[in-house]
Amino acid sequence: MAADPREVILERIRAALGPARPEPPGSGERVEPAATPGDLVDLLVDRLVDYRAGVSVVPPAEAAATVTALLAGSGAERAVVPPGLAAQWRPAGVALLEDGEGLGARDLDAIGHVVTGCALAVAETGSLVFDHGPGQGRRALTLVPDHHVCLVREEEIVRSLADAFRALAASAVAGRPVTFVSGPSATSDIELRRVEGVHGPRRLDVVIVADRPAPAGPGTG
Amino acid sequence: MSRLAAWGPPFPAAAREALHDPQLRANLAAATATIRDRRAGAVGEVAEWEQLREEGRRIKARTLGDLDAMLERLERAVVARGGTVHWAPEAADAAAVVLDVARAHGADEVVKVKSLATDEIELNERLAAAGLRAIETDLAELICQLGGERSSHILVPAIHRNRGEIAALFRRTIAPGLDSDEPADIAEAARAHLREAFLRARVGVSGANFAVAETGTVCVVESEGNGRMCTTLPEALVTICGIEKLLPEWRDLEVFLQLLPRSATGERMSPYTSLWSGVAAGDGPREFHLVLLDNGRTDALADEVGREALACIRCSACLNICPVYRRTGGHAYGSVYPGPIGAILTPLLRGPGEADSLPYASSLCSACADVCPVKIDIPRILVHLRGRAVATSRPRAEGAAMRGLARVFADERRYARAQRLARRAQRIGARSGLMTRLPGPLAAWSADRELPEVAGETFREWWAGRGR
Repeated sequence: MAADPREVILERIRAALGPARPEPPGSGERVEPAATPGDLVDLLVDRLVDYRAGVSVVPPAEAAATVTALLAGSGAERAVVPPGLAAQWRPAGVALLEDGEGLGARDLDAIGHVVTGCALAVAETGSLVFDHGPGQGRRALTLVPDHHVCLVREEEIVRSLADAFRALAASAVAGRPVTFVSGPSATSDIELRRVEGVHGPRRLDVVIVADRPAPAGPGTG
Repeated sequence: MSRLAAWGPPFPAAAREALHDPQLRANLAAATATIRDRRAGAVGEVAEWEQLREEGRRIKARTLGDLDAMLERLERAVVARGGTVHWAPEAADAAAVVLDVARAHGADEVVKVKSLATDEIELNERLAAAGLRAIETDLAELICQLGGERSSHILVPAIHRNRGEIAALFRRTIAPGLDSDEPADIAEAARAHLREAFLRARVGVSGANFAVAETGTVCVVESEGNGRMCTTLPEALVTICGIEKLLPEWRDLEVFLQLLPRSATGERMSPYTSLWSGVAAGDGPREFHLVLLDNGRTDALADEVGREALACIRCSACLNICPVYRRTGGHAYGSVYPGPIGAILTPLLRGPGEADSLPYASSLCSACADVCPVKIDIPRILVHLRGRAVATSRPRAEGAAMRGLARVFADERRYARAQRLARRAQRIGARSGLMTRLPGPLAAWSADRELPEVAGETFREWWAGRGR
């Protein structure tokens, strides 16, 4: 039988649905969830701490020093950064490699530390979102190194997933990959108990850059 | 190999065996209690949960009602972004695509993301038959693969094993030096074992949680990072996507990414949600193949009552809440889709005359329908499929007995005569007010049940004789 498999499936669907297709249910008004009350920075901090990410909230002038301290605290000698990461966010005191053609997955594995920005962050779900543009890096960059330090500017924080998907529509249409990261890698496969740290970065430090004092989380989990 | 992998004896026999395994029941009771509490907490946080469920149901109904046009739209979107789309009417067609891609890249192994669609088509076995090794990278799938076992849960395939059993398995296989039963240490051993496989992989294989027709976006939700490794690091990626996984529009993801993690693992979001469309320059695989799999789904679609089951997003909330699943575990269902959703999906995908005992693996308590994030009326479909099983089965003694019983119950005199007869007959089997064993072929029924003794005098006899 040499039937075109595409036609086979489409014809089966047409036969299954029959000539008189059921009236599709209306799309209705999209549910706009009631906003979780509270300040966006506080909410994001609360969610990230719940995922056992390390969280700091610092003014812009202290961002680079905070990143430097986080890297030093984890014994980093080198770190990789994506092209486009703003100069004022780049840490001092460690050898920085800018990602480029030469770096393979094994190199990223060996370097072990990465510093990036993000496209946006979702306060209600504690998610960092990447569309892998400048300052964020390709997907492997925030995956293979065991330690990820991510900078989030206050104006990049949105409240809900609905807000995030609206903001990301242009990236999706353009065919850009989009990655949501909600805490360090974890598994619940043994007795359904969550354990942090499997294949993705086992340590995730989030530096929220906000131009005001705010209480910081309890540090790295 | 059959259309949908089947194994073991029918449910009644398999369940009987499972019920006599106290370790299994203890493992299941502990794990499902944990996940039920977590889900309840995560769902309780969303005030509009019921509206979200309704929206999810509507989006899936719109998708299924116009599925041919949706698939064509998806295909155009994926191709426009540099991907290749393959259509697989049957399981073997999907496996053939993976084989072709692996051969083209000179690979003798593929790394795999946990995927029910690939389990359903027995992809690993088909690849092995052609000399290609499939490496499961999800921790629970790895546990099953190392133990030579089938999955027993949609989301947590090794839910039937506790930490001690898993640690012992690892010591026998990939981590001889593992000296602890702690889940964190077991996870560390898996990381060490798989790291090299990710770094050398040429071909990755995944399933899809969702595929967006509008933008050609494929979505994989996971926790460990193994999914990101498999979909990002290899040169080529093959995603096997059931044709029912579609969503019409990008913004529909906002609904399903609220429904799925909270229903599945009881989290606000799973650690990693990967979305991609075709290939991206300088980022990830240079080749992307999307395989659209039918394998019985259009048969389910043709069933006007049962087609609703295709809305399932594989969260497994119905398994964790089900009083039957919680006691028998997943293996008894003999399918990669166990639990209440499996009891309808399996016979729908396999077709009439197959898996006929599964729709009876339920007390129809409706707990499954209450937790389903897309409001699938599982009890209604169970009853519908019981009807289908009866209509398509050969006439049996039970049918004749039921017709006889209906005749007795329809006539007062016949009924009274039957009562007198039963009173005399029960002297054979009654013990201390209970009938524990019925005679002849009825013994099969009384093996698991007890009947109260037929009274020495019925109310009607007493009424008629009063004052005498």
